[in-house]
Amino acid sequence: MRKQAEAETFIVEPERYEFRALPMHHFELARRDFFKILGAGIAVFAVAKDALAQETAPATKGFHSEELPNEIGAWLHIGEDGTVTGFTGKAEIGQNIRTELSQTIADELGVPFENVRMVTADTMLCPFDAGTFGSRTTPTMTPQFRRVSAAARGMLLDMAAKQWNLSADTLVAANGKITDSGSKRSVAYGELAKGNALAQTIPTQIKAKPATAWSVAGKPIPKVDAREFVAGKHHYTTDMRPAGMLYGKVLRPPSFGATLTSYDDSAAKGMKDVVIVHDGDFVAAAAPTTEAAQAGLNAIKVQWKEVPQISNAEIFSYLKEKALPSGEERYQQRKGSVADGLAGAAKRSEGTYHVEYIAHAPLEPRAAVAQWTDGKLNVWMGTQRPFAVRDELANIFHVTEKDVRVIVPDTGSAYGGKHTSDAGLEAARLARATSGKPVKIIWTREEEFTWAYFRPAGVIEVKSGMTADGKVTAWEFHNYHSGMSAIETPYDVPNQYTQYHQVPLVLRSGSYRGLAATANHFARETHMDILAHEAQMDPLEFRLKNLAEPRMKAVLEAAAKAFGWPCKKTAEGQGFGLACGYEKGSYVATFAELAVDRKAGTVRVVKLVEAFECGAIVNPDGLRNQVVGAMIQGLGGALFEIIEFENGKIKNPHFASYRLPRFKDVPEIEAVLIDRKDIPSAGAGETPIMAIAPSLGNAFFDATKVRLTKLPLQPERSLNS
Amino acid sequence: MGQTIELEINGKRYPVHYSPDTPLLYVLRDELGLTGTKYGCGEGMCGACTVLIGGTARRSCQIPVSAATGKPITTIEGLEKNGALHPVQQAFVDEGAFQCAYCTSGMIMSSVSLLQANHNPTQEQIVQSLQGNLCRCGTHPRILAAVRKAASKMQERG
Repeated sequence: MRKQAEAETFIVEPERYEFRALPMHHFELARRDFFKILGAGIAVFAVAKDALAQETAPATKGFHSEELPNEIGAWLHIGEDGTVTGFTGKAEIGQNIRTELSQTIADELGVPFENVRMVTADTMLCPFDAGTFGSRTTPTMTPQFRRVSAAARGMLLDMAAKQWNLSADTLVAANGKITDSGSKRSVAYGELAKGNALAQTIPTQIKAKPATAWSVAGKPIPKVDAREFVAGKHHYTTDMRPAGMLYGKVLRPPSFGATLTSYDDSAAKGMKDVVIVHDGDFVAAAAPTTEAAQAGLNAIKVQWKEVPQISNAEIFSYLKEKALPSGEERYQQRKGSVADGLAGAAKRSEGTYHVEYIAHAPLEPRAAVAQWTDGKLNVWMGTQRPFAVRDELANIFHVTEKDVRVIVPDTGSAYGGKHTSDAGLEAARLARATSGKPVKIIWTREEEFTWAYFRPAGVIEVKSGMTADGKVTAWEFHNYHSGMSAIETPYDVPNQYTQYHQVPLVLRSGSYRGLAATANHFARETHMDILAHEAQMDPLEFRLKNLAEPRMKAVLEAAAKAFGWPCKKTAEGQGFGLACGYEKGSYVATFAELAVDRKAGTVRVVKLVEAFECGAIVNPDGLRNQVVGAMIQGLGGALFEIIEFENGKIKNPHFASYRLPRFKDVPEIEAVLIDRKDIPSAGAGETPIMAIAPSLGNAFFDATKVRLTKLPLQPERSLNS
Repeated sequence: MGQTIELEINGKRYPVHYSPDTPLLYVLRDELGLTGTKYGCGEGMCGACTVLIGGTARRSCQIPVSAATGKPITTIEGLEKNGALHPVQQAFVDEGAFQCAYCTSGMIMSSVSLLQANHNPTQEQIVQSLQGNLCRCGTHPRILAAVRKAASKMQERG
């Protein structure tokens, strides 16, 4: 099973969300079941495609365009008790969509925030969704919920108007009821819903409130179920304990790609209450306790055949050598002539940049609970792609998609790391052998670091030319392996050539918060800083001179003001740096201050200031958490996170050896959020991480005149060498 | 399975039937259903499994169940009193000091332990006492703010 999964990801997907998941047409079935599950009321459905056509964010720059399936994107139910339920296939993984989407519904429908609840990421109850990635929840789901809510409000107004024999124009929908402003009589939404089983797909033309008219959205409403979390009452997948549940453990090969050559489970087979499954190279045990399952595995005698593999030491030359010849247009982008631009340039420079593999390390490891009942499979797991996991499981176990239900409890984070079926597949395979008993698998931290997937390593080469007065006129950019997110320069350069070079996988790789946008911004913004110094210009002035986009200039200027740029050095070893970027509809600028102590051999991040703009802000409190969170998470990949691997083994699969940002690493932080009510809301989960690494590298150069061109920067090493 | 051991958790006595070297974490979660205490690494490096043993923060994944007898154990489930959150829990809510919240139980237990020993900790002391707790979502500034807020609330109450 593992092999099949590996084979599917042999080539690194430049963007995981380019997957065109097949639309599942389950609308009719869902509508019939809908009222059975929720009781009577009013249901409104939004067609995803129409919603997108009407209210999509401005076209994103880049090679990719996203298409959601031409299907139902969201739906809403108003119950007889006035409770409003929104359904979305998106998953709550800590980005706080439950609150944001509830706000959106409350705002547009005119109900108290407390009356709204969200059902998320349940393949039986929710409309198909390709997955929770690409910062897409805000730009795709908030407009859809606006539209269904606006439509529902219109229906309720019409119902009340009919009941009172009035024109709907004279009625007001607010606070969960329709009020006739003339007679002051009113009727609650729940009253109108009573006895109804009214389902309607919304027309394409529905006008939702502009951001300037929001009253519940746009406010810093706290996380809806905060109390559950602080009381330890929320049940993550890892916390589930359904009746009769067994604990599962998987026997892991000694290295990647190892194959089973001999197998003897005669000693394990006799162990009381232990179920052993051996299927190809998959060997696993289930038992009433984890200890007993592990004892079962320990009693199995196996031999593996290992294959030699490459290591950190040769990864970058390997990536260059093994790059696939690619003429694919979608991997290339041209503007003007780089050759002409370089020929006419007063100054030319080249640079090579490297990025190591890093891990997501979500604090809740991959986990799943699986149960087979009458040939149907239920799986609870922390995944960002419940429908894709459902389809994968259906395919692997030769059942139909209707026979598999995947439910995602609010999850202990993911950061792009929980796209695959992994633990769900393993638990489901074990559970086929347990006579209907549910099986839970929780990956250990070591398994998480070893058998999950990584943000891929990469090599980036840049060639550039500029005029004597610092206008960039030629820009050539090649990314090997790490990916093409934000590969295009946001600068106004007349002659450009950009290419992404695919390389067959070395380590299992996939999405990560921001994907390759961090690598591409690191290379680009480091190189721009080099050019600024060559042009003897202030790095901020240099960037502003080469930018045309006013939104990008605005974040740069806002961050510069908050940071106090240009800065006067007041102490030895002080360094200041900046970087900026654009991706997925949002703009970011990051300014950093470092303190370098050459004698002690230490580098400390003193301060980070970041300005971020993603259109109209839906929840400034949640947004601030996401932006500051990305800044702190970004410190790890920028400064010290690195997966060490050798010959098919991960050498540092523990928190003791894989360093992550901790409290002492966190500097003074300021996030400046720019609210553009005139621009549709974009997502914010990823872009705020991109400019951290180059801002730190540029600050290190300012302090030391040493240029660091590899992530992680590991600045202390360059001081000691 | 081993012998029966008695544990005192959140003011209640529980007989448990694990072998004496089983880490307390698994007994709490798997046998007693006290799943508010989280597994993050099993190596004492992330703090998600932090509980109070005799009032002091300990990593329950590193404590054999046999070493947890005879002392009162407090888990996140034991902080609420008569339906009211502990001031540290309340401060985490007030400051919005979590995102995925998987680290939150451990953060709160470490903070409660700190504030019981030191009613008015400095920023450095808070940082030091939470250094062993990982937050992958990067909510650190708000967690620090929550601990400071809880400290001043607890002082007001005396």
